[in-house]
Formats: sequence, C-alpha cells, structure tokens
Amino acid sequence: MRKVAIYGKGGIGKSTTTQNTVAGLAESLGRKVMVVGCDPKADSTRLLLGGLAQKTVLDTLREEGEDVELDDIRKMGYGDTWSVESGGPEPGVGCAGRGIITSINMLESLGAYEESEALDYVFYDVLGDVVCGGFAMPIRDGKAEEIYIVCSGEMMAMYAANNICKGIMKYAESGGVRLGGLICNSRNVDNEKEMIEELAKKLGTQMIYFVPRHNDVQRAEINRRTVIEWNPECGQAEHYRNLAKAIDANKMFVVPTPLEIEELEQLLMDYGLMEA
Amino acid sequence: MAVEKKKKVMNADAVKEELLKKYPPKVARKRAKQIHITGEEGNSEIMANVRTIPGIITMRGCTYAGCKGVILGPTRDIVNITHGPIGCGFYSWLTRRNQTKAPSATSDNFMPYAFSTDMQDEDIIFGGEKKLEQACLEAYEIFKPGAMAIFATCPVGLIGDDVHAVARKMKEKLGINVFAFSCEGYKGVSQSAGHHIANNQIFTHVVGEKDVEIPGEYKINVLGEYNIGGDAFEIERILEKCGITMVSTFSGNSTYDQFATAHTADLNTVMCHRSINYVAEMMETKYGIPWIKINFIGAEATAKSLRKIAQYFGDKKLIDRVEEVIAEEMPAVTAVQDEVFPHTKGKTAMLFVGGSRAHHYQELFNEMGMKTLSAGYEFGHRDDYEGRHVIPDIKVDADSRNIEELEIEQDPTRFKPRKTEAELAKLAEEGFGFKEYEGMMPEMDSQSIVIDDLNQYEADKLVELMKPDIFCAGIKEKFSIQKMGVPMKQLHSYDYGGPYAGFKGAINFYQDIKRMVTSKVWSGMKAPWEENPELSATYVWE
Repeated sequence: MRKVAIYGKGGIGKSTTTQNTVAGLAESLGRKVMVVGCDPKADSTRLLLGGLAQKTVLDTLREEGEDVELDDIRKMGYGDTWSVESGGPEPGVGCAGRGIITSINMLESLGAYEESEALDYVFYDVLGDVVCGGFAMPIRDGKAEEIYIVCSGEMMAMYAANNICKGIMKYAESGGVRLGGLICNSRNVDNEKEMIEELAKKLGTQMIYFVPRHNDVQRAEINRRTVIEWNPECGQAEHYRNLAKAIDANKMFVVPTPLEIEELEQLLMDYGLMEA
Repeated sequence: MAVEKKKKVMNADAVKEELLKKYPPKVARKRAKQIHITGEEGNSEIMANVRTIPGIITMRGCTYAGCKGVILGPTRDIVNITHGPIGCGFYSWLTRRNQTKAPSATSDNFMPYAFSTDMQDEDIIFGGEKKLEQACLEAYEIFKPGAMAIFATCPVGLIGDDVHAVARKMKEKLGINVFAFSCEGYKGVSQSAGHHIANNQIFTHVVGEKDVEIPGEYKINVLGEYNIGGDAFEIERILEKCGITMVSTFSGNSTYDQFATAHTADLNTVMCHRSINYVAEMMETKYGIPWIKINFIGAEATAKSLRKIAQYFGDKKLIDRVEEVIAEEMPAVTAVQDEVFPHTKGKTAMLFVGGSRAHHYQELFNEMGMKTLSAGYEFGHRDDYEGRHVIPDIKVDADSRNIEELEIEQDPTRFKPRKTEAELAKLAEEGFGFKEYEGMMPEMDSQSIVIDDLNQYEADKLVELMKPDIFCAGIKEKFSIQKMGVPMKQLHSYDYGGPYAGFKGAINFYQDIKRMVTSKVWSGMKAPWEENPELSATYVWE
C-alpha cells in the first residue's frame, strides 16, 4: 500500500486535484484507494461521494462514544474508493490539529489500513500549511510516506510549498517521509511551467505534472462530480488520468532542500519578468 | 586545633564552586548569579525571578498552582472550578494543608470539594466552553454559592477557550459574582505569576464590592497569610485578645465577604511580601489604606509586629493591651524555649521554600539558637532578597510583561487618608516605617549562602557538603534528603504539624524541630544495598 499526503497553500485546489487524481487511479488503473480528508470543513470527499454526504470521524466519535465501527466512518464513492472525513471543530474554537491526530489513530485502531482491506493507496488531503503539530500528523510516524505539493506560479503558493518542504525535512530525518514532487495546478501565470520546474529542481525534486487551467473542472464541481465521472471524454479528464499514471509510476522520492527566501524571490523575478 | 579536628566546615566560596562545577559553562555563568554569598564587599545583588534552565529539576511550581492552589485555595465560600484535565484540579486541592473554620455546620464551605471540568480529548478538539458553562450551572444548582471562580489550565490557553466570556455570561445568568483567571500553568517563570494574576482579579472583581461598615476600633487586614496547618487560627486568637479587628485575611481562613469589605480596614499588614505587596500598594492608591510589613512567624517577631500595629494606631489603650498580651503569652514560650535550647543550640538549618518563608522561619531557628547556613526562595524576586529599595532597578523582562499590571486610580468617593499629615510626621519621628521590607539577605550572617531557585542536584550537593542538622523545603525534596540521613521538614504543608505562627505556634515549632534534630532516625537507617551491596539471586528454574 502506498501512503500519500497532499499538501499546499489554502485554496490552491488540493481537494479537487486529489479527488480527480484518485478517480483516475480507480478508473484507468483499477487501483483501490482510500481518501482521508484532514480538514475541519470536511469537504475533501465531496466530488467522490456526490455531495457532502459524509459523517465525520470526530462527530461519530462524539455521538457514539467509543463504540465506533469502521463502516460508521467510511463511505464508498466513485470507482469503489473509500472516503473518510476527519472533521473537526467550528472555526475559532477548540483544536483542529488534535482532532486529526485523534481521527487517524481511530482509523488505525479500527483496522482501516489492514491488509485485508486490500488498499493500493491511501491519500491524506491536508488543509493549508503545516500550521501546527496536528497538521503534520499525516507525515509523522510513517503514516504517509510520499508527499505531493500542489502549487502554482503565484508567489504565495510557491512560498507555501517551500515552507511545507521545511516540515517534510524535519520529519524526513526522524521518519521515512519523502517528497514525491510538485503538482502544478495552473493559474495561467507567465512562464508558470518553467518556473515550477525550476523551483522543483531547486528543491531537489520534480514537477510531476502540469495541470492546465480549464473551466470543465468548475463545471464538474457544480455537478458534484470528478471530471472523469462527469465527462470522461473531455481533455481535462485525460490530464487527470495522466497525473494519476505519473504518480503510479513515480520512483523519485527525495528529502527536499528548502530555499532561502531571497532565492525564492529571485526565482520569481527571473521567470516573472521574462517575456512570456 | 581541637575545634578544627572536630568539624571541618567548607567555606562558602568553596561550596559555591563545587555546586557550579558540574554545569556546562553557560549554565554555570547563569547559576553563579543566582548563588550569592552574603557579606561580600561591593556585591549585594542576586539574580532572581528568571526562567529555570531546561533540564534542571527545579523546586518551583506552576502559575496555575500559585493562583488556584495558593491564593484562592484557602477561601472557603467561593466555588473554585478548574477548567482543565482532572490532574490540575486534584493536585491543587488542599495539598498545602490550608485549613478553614466555618462558623457553623450550615455555613458555606466548599474546601472539601474539588471542582473540575475534567477535560477530555473531545473537549480539546471541539473546545471546552460549553462544558465549562455546564459545570458552572451544575455547581450552582447543587451548592448555590455566593461566588464562583474559574481557573484556566495549560490546554485551555492553547486551544483558546474564553474563560472570561463564560464568567461574564454566568454572572449575568446566575446573578452572583463569577470571575475567571487566565492562569495557564506555562505563564511566567514560577508560581509567583499565578499569585499576581489571582490578586489582580480579586482586587478587580471583589475588593470594594460591599460597602458595609465592620464594627471595631482597630481594623486591619492581614495580607499574605494562608492558614497552613492552622496558622491563621492562632493569629486570629492573638489579634482578638489584643482587641484588634481583622476585617479580612488574604487568604487564610477567608471568605468572599472579607475580600469584598477589605477596603474598610484602616491598616494593611503584609506578611508574605512576595505574593501580595502589590495588593497593598493598590489598596493604598485606591482607598488610602497604608501598609506595613509584619511577621507572625517567631514569638519575638510576633511581639514586634503587634507593637508595630499598636504604634500605628497610637492609642494608649491598645498599646497597653498589646503589652499585656505579650506579657501573658511569653512565659509559656520562654519555658519551652529554655527546655529545647540545650538540644538545639549550635545546630544548623537550611531553608529553601516560598517567597517569604525561607526568611521568616529563620526567626524561629534563631530563637532556638540554630544557625541558617543556606537559604533561598523558589519564586522570590530581588526585592524579597535585597529589600524594596532595589525595586526601581529591577529589570522588567518579557516574562514580567506577560503578567498584567493594573492601573489604579483614587476612588472618587471612597478614598480616605487614614492619617493626617501631622500624625504621619509624628510616626516618622518615632522611626515608624511604612512599606518597608529589607529582605532576607541583610538579616543573614556574613558568609551565608543564598540560592535562588534551588534544584535537586544542588540540594543534594549542599546536604552532602555541609551536613545541616535539618533541611526545610517541600514534598518533592523530602525523600531524597531523608535518604541522605538528614531530617527534612516541609514548610509548605508543615508535614502533619502546625500551627507554627504566633506564640503557640512557636512552641509547636520548637518542640517539633527539637524532636527532629535530636533523633537519629534517618541517619540510623541503612538501605539493604548500603549494607550488602552485592545482591545475588537465582531464577526459579535454575
């Protein structure tokens, strides 16, 4: 079983990219996947399940007490993928990080990762930056072994990617976690592809795929579907299949080398000011 | 020559050097500033109230312990709810043996109860404010208290539960005074921060709440007395005998109403300077009540303090009465003193406790002819060591800024100077000093070792090098010291003894200490491995 975590700046399209990629892994490669949403908003599995249909681990735990079974907290979605939402508190109260720790431990103790489940992949979809210890949970203790960072050619997205690399470096020393690559979710920035390729090179990794911007993604979202389910024939569906294949075939796993902030600024200047 | 042969005592500088030897250079440099040898020419400064170096096993407690356990713990009729995991509430519950005496069986007394929200994983994740509200309602439903207090613990600070908002809501809903303390354990460098947070809130939310005239001719507050082992009962007895009315104590054997009417007293007497001098200052600014430092630990100190109170009021009737009381009380004290003196004379002690106790108890040891070789506070500040004159020079660091300083103004209607200019001038002429505290160090012999924030390693080393006849500290130190064959007296909780304050307390102390320093129980004990170091054993299947 390959254990994958997806990180990236807030709003960059982690959940959308994750679900579309997972749909690709299931549809074209026949892989068995479980998606664990690690966001208190609990919207990481909406496209796979056709709506916000999931009761979160933490809500279930709160209502049922200790008497929780695996089927209470996971639901089957598109392509026979399992979906789990960690859940968490309302904005501004409590501790969402602690919530993620609790729900991942709960999944483990309920045997969600057992061999008998015959999973090929588990995907952790984690919110925003690695803001505290709780949000680093998926990359600690060997829970996730490979990380993909979703980014774009915008400064703050690259800055966040670099920051996440610092988190990975910290846990790479003590555990087995490695960076698998950057997924560029295009925002149509000038020289975006070249810039992210260069950033990836500087981080010691690769740009594993360049996902062009297309309104079909938005159309599929309105229909509560992944692009592959909504319109398997469209060009964007093919891009997600290709991304899934690239991840499935990936052999490059590295400990990243984060950049100094000046270096990052320079990169942006070099590519941003170039003639497009 | 004969004397030298009998007992070779290491000199203070050599002891200091030995204590520091084990530390890495940077740690040793910092600790060196916290170990002071008295009487050194041109050096009277000690470093205090700074963070303990990580890795050192300190004797200090946390901010929450200082707030809930020390200051609010001894008040009997406030329901004190700890918002946190159960350990915080449980281990701060009566562990100091602070006692109380409710006037009747039906009067409010919540000290036998530990109130806690018992936070669980779920409350951390989803926030604990609702549970806290529930706890307040439940406590009110069962006990119908006149006031409630809420205490924040570390996790509450981390997840950001707003304890003050809950307090405001409950105050409105229940119609009783409810107030909260942001006393998370990690705040500040020691429990001293907790005392400050506690006192600030009591001053803000309770003092002056009830404008009731308390009958009495000579009305005082006793600040910084916590009724360990019944100390307050003895102090109350003496004051009553003298005809002095105690409006309030902060906070031994106290009640909510005492705090609420404290502003009607005519004199504040400060016992533990560390934990409460700022309350005395604030009451003076706001209500015009002057304050003096007193000490009821030690018979002589008690007599001196009573005389000072009488001198303040300046009334012949009171002055005479105080003399009568002292004359009545002292013979019993002197009788026991004479009895124990031959046994205790020349014996030595070490005191590492509190923010005033390490100073005050030296009085009692002096009365027994015992010398304090080394002493220090857990949470004292420089002024507690060196005297109040250093206050303007104390460096304000980030840790002190973290604790709120209240801006106090004169109360527009209730401020009333207690003495006229002429009376103050007369007192000054008599050499009467207000708000004076010279601290611990000037009163100690030259070449005494004063150590701030002692730790386990240094405690063991001190005992090993200087072999005192008794060592006084708290429960964490008790057993390691006793294992070294030295009697150990807890001065946080008095072990099973007390009271030690006032005249009768002095008698108790003389007797307890005489018993401890003359018995050879601990030095007579040998652990099996000390007598027979090589243990042999076989497995059952062999």
